[in-house]
Amino acid sequence: MTIPHLGTPVSASGCSAGSCGSKSAQMDALSADTLKKVQDHPCYSEEAHHHFARMHVAVAPACNIQCNYCNRKYDCSNESRPGVVSEVLTPKQAVKKTLAVAAAIPQMSVLGIAGPGDALANPERTFSVFRELQQRAPDIKLCLSTNGLMLPEYVAQIAAANVDHVTITINCIDPDVGAQIYPWIFWNHRRVMGREAAEILIAQQQKGLEMLVARGILVKVNSVMIPGINDAHLQEVSRVVRAKGAFLHNVMPLISEAEHGTHFGLTGQRGPTPEELQTLQDACAGDMNMMRHCRQCRADAVGMLGEDRGADFTMDKVEAMEIDAQFEQAAMQRRLALREAINAELEAKRNARHAAPVLQFHAPKRGRPVHMAVASSGGGLINQHFGHAKEFLIYEASSAGVRFLGPRKAAQYCGGESDCGEAENTLARTIAVLADCEVVLCSRIGFEPWGKLESAGIMPNGEHAMEPIEEAVTAVWSEMLKAGKLDVAAFEDQKRA
Amino acid sequence: MRTLRLSKGTGEKMALEIVEGCVNCWACLPLCPNEAIVEAHPHFLIEPSLCSECVEAFATPQCAAICPVEGVIIDELGQALNPPGSLGGIIAGLPAPAANPQVGA
Ligand code: SF4
Ligand code: SF4
Repeated sequence: MTIPHLGTPVSASGCSAGSCGSKSAQMDALSADTLKKVQDHPCYSEEAHHHFARMHVAVAPACNIQCNYCNRKYDCSNESRPGVVSEVLTPKQAVKKTLAVAAAIPQMSVLGIAGPGDALANPERTFSVFRELQQRAPDIKLCLSTNGLMLPEYVAQIAAANVDHVTITINCIDPDVGAQIYPWIFWNHRRVMGREAAEILIAQQQKGLEMLVARGILVKVNSVMIPGINDAHLQEVSRVVRAKGAFLHNVMPLISEAEHGTHFGLTGQRGPTPEELQTLQDACAGDMNMMRHCRQCRADAVGMLGEDRGADFTMDKVEAMEIDAQFEQAAMQRRLALREAINAELEAKRNARHAAPVLQFHAPKRGRPVHMAVASSGGGLINQHFGHAKEFLIYEASSAGVRFLGPRKAAQYCGGESDCGEAENTLARTIAVLADCEVVLCSRIGFEPWGKLESAGIMPNGEHAMEPIEEAVTAVWSEMLKAGKLDVAAFEDQKRA
Repeated sequence: MRTLRLSKGTGEKMALEIVEGCVNCWACLPLCPNEAIVEAHPHFLIEPSLCSECVEAFATPQCAAICPVEGVIIDELGQALNPPGSLGGIIAGLPAPAANPQVGA
């Protein structure tokens, strides 16, 4: 049996393209102009993220607000969360690093400035990098992330620098909610505390969003989901920012551990469970599906989405490289040629999808949805050893097709630190993260984790190594269906047992 | 032209100081009207001969108005400009939280 993709025309006609949860249908529903802007953006397009690479340079250390989920004290090298980097670069270093990476990784198509502080709290540093790169590598798209406080003041400069994507972190539009997230901001040369601070920040964010949209600059909104504080409120945020023209709204989970020393970490504010996060993402619906693969990259992330090759490009390695004008030109030509080939391939795939026979009406409407976890190092393939996976991609297979739910971080071994727990414990935590999954697809898996997963009700499967993810997920679901494992009644029995 | 100001009473030069506990977050550095703040290790420093405590330029010393850490910017009397508790008491300069996540490995 073949399960049609949700992107086929039939499913798009069955419900509005904006809310049926289909990534491809939504891509098709975007305006041609927007589509062109996002189609080779590795962070925005689910199709592109297998093929293109992005990097962030950490040139913007200063920040002008305090968030209760941030503590600028730590730079933990084991961590991979936003706002955390190991080295702050000068603008000159950042330019050199970008050119070096773009020469070594021809898939490089986006350069972002996302911190480690706020891009617009460091305007001179940020814009000098953008200006220089526009001269020397005009094929690379520029993007920046900001808390929005200084956005209205810099919209003109952002447009002048040819930045085409801006991400604003908006956690609320209600100052009473904001007062629980932001203790203070730096505004007009003084520190403003409490509700007044939240009021100013919210007003600036909304004004900045409107100004960017008016200039035709793509705006993505990120929100951090903080259970009990803004979780219920975020649906309203989503509605408002999309009505104002943000083309994506991406809800990320609060990452909060006591040892990070953040306000939330120390006050015991928990992050959402994977289920809570997914429920909210579903409730906010629509185009967010395109962003489910967002990995909350570190501000110095380098490489394809989900991978970080930052260690290959530390500043001492970059400084040792010779980069001249000829070298830059040759590297840019390689990038342009590769990009053309990839875009042609994606285009062919899109066309094939439109032409694909519509099978859904013939597919039996039975079989319950199943969540599966996939270990992949990229390229859209099942090509990673279970034990090497730093994250798992979660898919849902059902009679309606295959749908990507998002990535989940695997528990990590902490390099043998005594306080970081045993290997056993790490496996147990990974199993907990995957609790709702019934299958885990990987290229290989060790004997011990196999047994543990199986007894936790998660079936390891290495039979589809090196196959495309969605086809394999479809095949496994179909097998389960054939084996009678997916009858709704049988599942109910199982649950009762 | 820069003039050295003497604070009343003590006869000492007016200048703020960054002390241990500063987390090198960079927030203060670009704000200083006198470029008195320097990136240094183990923590950032204020060059006392350049610091004017922002008198005349701003209503409040700019470095202290943005510093996210309590107790790490002090005046010539040793008084913290952001005393304990003033910023929520969570991100204090010293002592470090017990569960320090630094991996070092
Ligand atoms: S008080 Fe003002 S002049 Fe002195 S270091 Fe701070 S910002 Fe600079
Ligand atoms: S703002 Fe405070 S913590 Fe940050 S570098 Fe300046 S003195 Fe240090």
